[in-house]
Amino acid sequence: MAVKVEMPKLSDTMEEGVIAKWNVEEGDEVESGDIIAEVETDKATMEVEVFDDGTILKILVDEGDAVPLGQLMAVIGEEGEDISDILEEAASGGEKETSETDGEEDTSEKTDKKESTDTSAEKAEEKSTVTSDDGRLKASPLARKMAEEKGITLSNVEGSGPQGRIIKRDIESYEPSAVPAAATVSREDKEHRVSQMRKTIARRLSESKFNNPHFYETISIDMQPVWDARKQINEKSDTKISFNDIVVKACAAALRKHPEINSSWHGDKIVEHGDVNVAVAVAIEEGLVTPVINNTDQKGLQQIGQETRDLAEKARERKLQPEQMEGSTFTVSNLGMFGIEEFTAIINPPNACILAVGAIKEVPVVEDGEVVPGKRMKVTLSSDHRIVDGAMAAQFLSTLKQMLESPLAMLL
Amino acid sequence: MAELQFREAIRAAIDEEMAQDEGIFVMGEEVAEYDGAYKVTEGLLDKYGPKRMIDTPISELGFAGIGIGAAMNGLRPIVEFMTFNFAVLAADQIINHASKVRYMTGGQVEVPIVFRGPNASAGQLSATHSVAYDAMYAHFPGLKVIYTSEPEDAKGLLKSAIRDDNPVLFMESEQMYGLKGEVSEEEDFTIPIGKGKVKREGSDVTVVAHGKMYHVAKQAAQQLAKEDVEVEIIDPRTVKPLDIEMIVKSIKKTNRCVIVDESHPFGGLAGEVGYLIQREAFDYLDAPVQRVTLPDTSAPFAKNLFDEWLPSANEVIDAVNTVTYRK
Repeated sequence: MAVKVEMPKLSDTMEEGVIAKWNVEEGDEVESGDIIAEVETDKATMEVEVFDDGTILKILVDEGDAVPLGQLMAVIGEEGEDISDILEEAASGGEKETSETDGEEDTSEKTDKKESTDTSAEKAEEKSTVTSDDGRLKASPLARKMAEEKGITLSNVEGSGPQGRIIKRDIESYEPSAVPAAATVSREDKEHRVSQMRKTIARRLSESKFNNPHFYETISIDMQPVWDARKQINEKSDTKISFNDIVVKACAAALRKHPEINSSWHGDKIVEHGDVNVAVAVAIEEGLVTPVINNTDQKGLQQIGQETRDLAEKARERKLQPEQMEGSTFTVSNLGMFGIEEFTAIINPPNACILAVGAIKEVPVVEDGEVVPGKRMKVTLSSDHRIVDGAMAAQFLSTLKQMLESPLAMLL
Repeated sequence: MAELQFREAIRAAIDEEMAQDEGIFVMGEEVAEYDGAYKVTEGLLDKYGPKRMIDTPISELGFAGIGIGAAMNGLRPIVEFMTFNFAVLAADQIINHASKVRYMTGGQVEVPIVFRGPNASAGQLSATHSVAYDAMYAHFPGLKVIYTSEPEDAKGLLKSAIRDDNPVLFMESEQMYGLKGEVSEEEDFTIPIGKGKVKREGSDVTVVAHGKMYHVAKQAAQQLAKEDVEVEIIDPRTVKPLDIEMIVKSIKKTNRCVIVDESHPFGGLAGEVGYLIQREAFDYLDAPVQRVTLPDTSAPFAKNLFDEWLPSANEVIDAVNTVTYRK
């Protein structure tokens, strides 16, 4: 009895997966539990497991193909078994869309049209032979050589030959403009395949930004106390604590005090989450992911730091499992390391808010009528106005500011 | 300089050589009693007698073989074919024996023979009598192939061919035997085998044409001159060995080339010359090399179709216009 292997749902948000790699070929024996393929989902590269013993009778999709959920990818059965019914059924399921490059590559270059050659038609000889119009700069060998000798940039020359071919007379009659213009070279546009991750980012963030009424509040925080505290901690501790770890911890503590911020919109109800799970936005080569530190409020700084580092590394290696990216109740996005002073972030659904953290800057501040040096950090909270109102957000920010300005308060 | 017909120039070459070397004799259909099918050997029977002017039966394979045997034994035969179209019968002797004997004997046996006669088409002679064989024979190592366009070239090169210690195929044309041209009266005038000639100087385009096609190219050049396009015509004269250096030198000046060739397109001389040009003069080309050849079809008999079939001056003009980007 043949078994159909269909594209499984490997993350709660995936709609299609790209076959990154087939580990088996048609004719291979497989056993239940074998990993037959790797699939790139919107979040990570996942393994596809089989739950039956048998022979791979047919593989219907190629590496690099984008396969919608539930579409037939392979058939397992006994050798020699007739699977024509299954294949027909799959074939009648409509044409599948395939991406044109394999999963490894993300640039798809346009290939030249093949020239058709007709050796028997002598008449074709009498027309000048031209290549297909492929956007290349065309010049006769002589024109190229002449241009090189005269130091003329070919791309500045108008070609008068067939298909704009630059020929001898064009080089001879070329007059460089009186003011030597900088030689500009036209470079070809590159096309990049939109990865599953980018598709997801595009879809979810557009939804969030267009559907959730965002509003923004910025507050400036004196970071001198955190600065000093961190210095003390890092002198004693084996694992180094980052400013971000402290901000995440402070957010978690503030969220405990403001459960309305730790909520989600469900249309007819607002769910106030029992757990505080803060996600941290991590930039990776293909985009960004938001791994979650579960029960953030119950974890110490060291653990938060350690987990954040582990998750970030996994994210960069594309090894994050979907469950490590699910269940967040609040997100912190920090661009301080790039020197960004303040910015607004798009809310990471289903969160109600996201905190955009800027850099800690040395600024002159006025204390008791004196201008003195100070350390300030600006944070901007983006809130979904369906759940959170301006005053609520302000109260949350005020709590956060207090905690960071007197770090001991976090212990309360 | 004397003005001679093509046939007279060939006769003069044979006569001069026969007078100098007892080992030279002429053999072929109607060469003696009838003075030659095209009157090339007129008067030579009277002068040299039937031992050196031999009429043969209609058996190209046979007398080509006899000629090769005679050459291997020290004589210097001139074998006349009434046309190279009939000499296909002798192809086994030419290709398998004449071209290879010296090679297969490690140089011990030479084959100093000339096969001569008209080549290619000559008007309404239909498909089996209108084939150009120069490129085909040039394909085989060990054979030299000459196909001249003017009386003086014919005289100078035929003398060199008769003196050459290897088999040479010397090709003429029924349509050129009456053609008159100035021929050098220099004593013992010869032209080296393998040297082309610039027949017309020009700066705009190189046209390579040999044999009967030279005259087609010349007409085209005269037409084009009225439009201020100066054609340089290179007549290779010898098909093999080919004077590619002269062609390349000309292209370095003109940057464009049209090859006019009486062969069919596939495997003709034009294909080989085109290849050599792109190898030797790639950086000097301002346009892809064009060729004007027969179509890939046998000669039609009907006059209107035949005229369409044979390369014409207009086709050469079109090709020149293409490579000079004038249309």
